[in-house]
Amino acid sequence: MDQIIVQILNGLDKGSAYALIALGLTLIFGTLGVVNFAHGALFMMGAFCAVVTSKILSSSHKVVDETRTDFLGNPLEVDVFYVQDWFGQAAGAAIMDWAVPLAILVSIPFMILLGFVMERGLIKHFYKRPHADQILVTFGLAIVLGEVIKYYFGANPIQTPAPDALNGRVDFGVWLGYGPNVVVYPMWRLVYFFFSGAIIASVFAFLQFTTFGMVVRAGMADRETVGLLGIDIDKRFTFMFGLAAAVAGIAGVMYAPIVSPAYTMGMDWLVLSFVVVVVGGMGSLPGAVLAGFVLGIIESFASMPAVVNLLPGINQIVIYVVAIAILLIRPRGLMGRKGVMED
Amino acid sequence: MLGLDKKDSTLMLVVIGLVIFAPFLLNPFPEGSAMAQFNAGYPDLMQRFVIFGILAIGFNILFGLTGYLSFGHAAFLGVGSYAAIWSLKLFTLNVIPAILFAIIVGGFFAWVIGKISLKRSGIYFSILTLAFAQMSFAMAYSVLTPLTGGETGLQIKNTDNPLIGGPTDGSIGRANLFGAEMGNSFELNLGNWVFTFNLGYYIAALAMIAAFYLSIRIFRSPFGIMLRAVKSNQNRMNYTGLTPKVYTLYAFVISGMYAGLAGGLMVAMDTQVGPERMFWTASGEIVIMTILGGAGTLIGPVLGAGSIKYMENILSKINKDVLHQWFAFLPDGLEDAMVVFADIFVGKQWHFTLGIVFMLVVIFLPGGLVEGAQRLSARFGRKKKTDTTDTAASTPAE
Repeated sequence: MDQIIVQILNGLDKGSAYALIALGLTLIFGTLGVVNFAHGALFMMGAFCAVVTSKILSSSHKVVDETRTDFLGNPLEVDVFYVQDWFGQAAGAAIMDWAVPLAILVSIPFMILLGFVMERGLIKHFYKRPHADQILVTFGLAIVLGEVIKYYFGANPIQTPAPDALNGRVDFGVWLGYGPNVVVYPMWRLVYFFFSGAIIASVFAFLQFTTFGMVVRAGMADRETVGLLGIDIDKRFTFMFGLAAAVAGIAGVMYAPIVSPAYTMGMDWLVLSFVVVVVGGMGSLPGAVLAGFVLGIIESFASMPAVVNLLPGINQIVIYVVAIAILLIRPRGLMGRKGVMED
Repeated sequence: MLGLDKKDSTLMLVVIGLVIFAPFLLNPFPEGSAMAQFNAGYPDLMQRFVIFGILAIGFNILFGLTGYLSFGHAAFLGVGSYAAIWSLKLFTLNVIPAILFAIIVGGFFAWVIGKISLKRSGIYFSILTLAFAQMSFAMAYSVLTPLTGGETGLQIKNTDNPLIGGPTDGSIGRANLFGAEMGNSFELNLGNWVFTFNLGYYIAALAMIAAFYLSIRIFRSPFGIMLRAVKSNQNRMNYTGLTPKVYTLYAFVISGMYAGLAGGLMVAMDTQVGPERMFWTASGEIVIMTILGGAGTLIGPVLGAGSIKYMENILSKINKDVLHQWFAFLPDGLEDAMVVFADIFVGKQWHFTLGIVFMLVVIFLPGGLVEGAQRLSARFGRKKKTDTTDTAASTPAE
């Protein structure tokens, strides 16, 4: 039983990331009807928001410390961080330590802006074109974004640590009545899970309980009628694209301490999150979230040593096997609606 | 000629001419001149031109005609390669059986995957093929290591003992065609120019010419018209009493055989294979090539494959020193600025250029380079009287 809990927990953080990306993909598909292959790149851009923020916050200048000397006898040059100059020693150190959570504040406006630019500048022109064209142009955009990141940040993954306070481990088993050290789980992954749960809940609440969300849902159901009622649905859909980009971006920011950001992560996650969306059912928001968590947990179960010994290599392919099986048994995915992408 | 009408015969002859005289055409600049780095007439690159040409022609039969976007075509390339290398290792070092095995295995694999994937269409089909290809990659990488050599892949070793005609002195066997090795080259020196004629290239070229001829015949056949019908209106096909899925499956298998052929040729040329050949980025590359050249056209995929392989090899060779030479005529400050700017597009960043070019083509020229050429000739060239017959070469109307 404790083993099972460990595996479920392990699956949760990956599942949360899948769910967040798939949620954004589905939002874009449901509103604009566009298959966005650049969504993984948006996730990557979010992760690099964290990298940039932590770099900026830890930028420093050199000050000659007259009281100390280095080993040659010259006055020692000390790195002094700007944030410590401005906010004092303790507060400055804390700000640098909490760079990743602070990056969320940077990433939200940045990602929304990026989403607006993408939608208005590029994707707007592709509504009338076939889905294949949309896939191809966003695929090209994903390559370009990845290469831009590679140009500025290099090809190697960049470590971006979580705040010290959240870097430890939680003895999860104690909470459930097991002995100490039976079910131990990294704190940050738990934070990630609750955080993404909050994001998913707020996206759903936004769609469900605000007038804006209501109009967007109406537009998803019948765009033309909403337009005929005198509502500028395009503007709202553009905003939804920005929101979807922001969701992917935040998912990336918070994931940076778990997997060091590199320019390839956009493509790696894109393939998986598309599988997630298709398994969940194109256009179904709850389906995307459900499939994200289910596939994340299945993947972590398949990585158990006992399972891998029984079926070697299963951990590498289990997601695809499940996806193929589900698509053949339930062609519309877990919660897909009739008539979406059926042509 | 050979069942082709006049227009297609001309196209065929042009392609044959281009392919045969490629060692001359791709080496326009003398050795040692500043422009020599733009030469592409060395065997390695020319082989890649024609092999990827075959791959793109095959992909085009599926995507160009039926509109089914497969994102997992590299899987067939990969299994073809593995089949070919096993034939070289176990059966004979002659490349012909290896290539035949590659075609058969590629086709069979495509039949199995196509049978399942074609139950769905649209984005679901793309994701299914992608999932199968990624699965094949992951399995070649891990579980099937005894069969695929895992991460390191497979090469011909000196311990290999093929049934027919292996080397007896314990040396590493080389792929050959009835004794003539693939690496055999004849170099022709004309003044400052050096032209290399490579046996491997001409074998691959012959295969490409055959593949191109076959694709013309398919495009013009009743079967090809059925495939176009799959793209334009499956419902109407169903009502007429035809089964679109069967035709699509045939197209899928044929294009899998093309990919197998390409994989077999790749192995024949460099006698090694690794699982990265099946990774989904490789599938993406095939898609990009076909779209860039012009999906649904005859010559487009070949053009696309050629231009991408050319860009890959030539752009990635250019570095900052070369750029400094180019812009040396500018004043110092401007020179540095230009070098910094141009450096974004070349060297390790050539994928950036590829992405930009690809996006521009998808946005402005949905018909690819072929459509671009047609537009140019329509604007500047003579008015053609036979506009109606031209539509067969471009993407069929929906």
